[in-house]
Amino acid sequence: MLSIELPKFAIGETIEWLIRWLIYHLAAVFDLVSNALNYVTGLLSSGLTAVPSLLLIIIFGFLIWLITSKTTAILSAVGLGLVWNIGLWLQLISTLTLVVVAVIIALLIGIPLGILMTRSSKFETIMRPVLDFMQTMPPFVYLIPAVMLFGIGVVPGLFATIIFSVPPPVRLTYLGITQVSEEMKEMAIAFGASDWQVLSKIELPLALPSIMAGVNQCIMLGISMVVIASMIGAGGLGAEVMRSVSRLDLALGFESGLAIVILAMVLDRVGRSFASIKETPARKVICFFRARYNRAKNSKSQVLGITTANNEGGDT
Amino acid sequence: MNVKIKAENLVKIYGNKTGKALDLFRQGLSRNDILKETGLTLGVAGVNFEIIEGEIFVIIGLSGSGKSTLLRCINGLLMPTAGSLVVDGKAVEKLDGRELRKLRGEKISMVFQHFALLPNRSIMDNVAFGLELRGIPTDERRKRAQKALVSVGLEGWQNSFPSELSGGMQQRVGLARALVTDSDIMLMDEPFGALDAIIRMDMQEELINLQARIKKTIVFVTHDLDEALRLGDRIAIMRDGVIEQIGTADEILSNPANEYVEKFLQGIDVSKILDASSISKWPREVMRETESVSVALHKMKVADTDYLFVLDPMKHLVGMILEEDLLLLANKKEKSIRSIIKEARAIKSDTVMRDVYPELRQAEKDLAVIDDEGHFLGVITQYTLLVTLEERKGGDGIAEH
Repeated sequence: MLSIELPKFAIGETIEWLIRWLIYHLAAVFDLVSNALNYVTGLLSSGLTAVPSLLLIIIFGFLIWLITSKTTAILSAVGLGLVWNIGLWLQLISTLTLVVVAVIIALLIGIPLGILMTRSSKFETIMRPVLDFMQTMPPFVYLIPAVMLFGIGVVPGLFATIIFSVPPPVRLTYLGITQVSEEMKEMAIAFGASDWQVLSKIELPLALPSIMAGVNQCIMLGISMVVIASMIGAGGLGAEVMRSVSRLDLALGFESGLAIVILAMVLDRVGRSFASIKETPARKVICFFRARYNRAKNSKSQVLGITTANNEGGDT
Repeated sequence: MNVKIKAENLVKIYGNKTGKALDLFRQGLSRNDILKETGLTLGVAGVNFEIIEGEIFVIIGLSGSGKSTLLRCINGLLMPTAGSLVVDGKAVEKLDGRELRKLRGEKISMVFQHFALLPNRSIMDNVAFGLELRGIPTDERRKRAQKALVSVGLEGWQNSFPSELSGGMQQRVGLARALVTDSDIMLMDEPFGALDAIIRMDMQEELINLQARIKKTIVFVTHDLDEALRLGDRIAIMRDGVIEQIGTADEILSNPANEYVEKFLQGIDVSKILDASSISKWPREVMRETESVSVALHKMKVADTDYLFVLDPMKHLVGMILEEDLLLLANKKEKSIRSIIKEARAIKSDTVMRDVYPELRQAEKDLAVIDDEGHFLGVITQYTLLVTLEERKGGDGIAEH
């Protein structure tokens, strides 16, 4: 064997040094973020657990019915009822809280990043490898800096989940906007649109299906990561899975796994309904109120002879 | 006569660092040499023109001749590399962002080749788009959009979506969107290029009628010579970023400035006006066998004619009916028109021009044009033939120069 002594690049050590430097100098910031996130998740989950479980399932069922369809709503409610029945309701709520908070934050970061990528090709070339890195790095690795920065508990779990689920909304927002035809943008500019108007009235609406697909992906990745994050004390259904693995408890393992599947399916259907513009009960309700609002406004301002304003909502 | 738009030595080079390319252009290098030397495309190469208020100014040229580039310099979608473009006494290239948006929103509107309608908005909201950008209240912009829709004949479609409309109707929406802003200037970038021949003719006619009422300054880009001759008060022929000739249709046809223009006119004459299908027009109204006598009378009245061609559901030519026969039937209170359908004189679509003429002389009424399977394609009237021959004579005259 030929062996040549080459000095090793200290990549890992550098990263570790960087994280330690961050902890040392920005401890206050991390504490603040940690407290804020703890507060928000705590508030949300205690709010959800304060409602009687069966009532909450019915409320969820109703909300799902509003944005999807009757069948989906009934099946979702039955699935959630099953989770309640096997006694994993509280864990489900804490997992749901984690996913919801993580996804909201991931979207707040991801969508603007995607928009920025369409605006600057330099930023896009930088972001591309960063996104690849974020998506292909084994998610377990994120747990280490998360624990170093935030300790054990819900917040490091959120942190790891956010990092893992940010790339899809970034990519799909970028993709959606770059696919908007040049002629549409040119049209808007030719009619006097400002940059902001081109974005808000042309690019975002036309990219909406793609962006919503990104939202759906984000939710799915969020769920898968939340389970992993339970290794560092994020709790919820993931913790049950971990416990069953360490005890070789097949019954508990299957039940908690099933609960995760049910939650994932429910969230997926909800996410899908965002991605596709369909005739849902919510749209009907919105249309109804919009029509009423327009009518009220018209009669107030006593504008006569405009019949079209009332038809706005009734167009689909 | 008021000059509305004026270009002075307008040069447009695509790309970022245009300094060197501009120098080369000023040294008199050709478009290809500049491309070879710098990798930059010379879109418009030093153009001068004046467009007068209220005229339809047609810019015609082959693809890549710079006509669309020139059009986009007028509303500042493209900024000239050198030279100046003046609209209403103000140089467009000197306006700041806000003034430019105001110019585009209020003074210049545009119609696009592929319509550029927003698929997520209703027809009403598409038409009102320009007003929405300017922040005009919903009620007012709906009222104005409604008016514009009426003026292009799309009343009642306001709540539909673009995907529910045919190509011709979509471009009417595009037209309404341009009309609704009450701009003085309308830029039209090959607006009828994506429509089939029959609809294109209708739209041209409609534009002429519309222009008689609205009297806007229209800059119309096309690659179709027939369209240019039909619409243009004045026509500019472009090649490789340069205007070869500007003039009325008459001036250009009777006195082409150079060999290129001559060839340009001829080339299109020869290819376009050789067979029957190229000069046939879809009649105002046609009949179906199953329609009744009263419908036929109504259609004749609408189309202002004394005969109608009868087609079967597959658009095969069945025959024709004449007004005198129809009136007899009406007296007898008959419903069906089947008994009076006569054989119609028809020619194949690929019949050459010199064979069309004698046929037309023998035909009792106008001449139907059919394809090999007997589908009805249109009609040649005495009048269209006359006009065509006139144009041809103009073309031959040029060749003799």
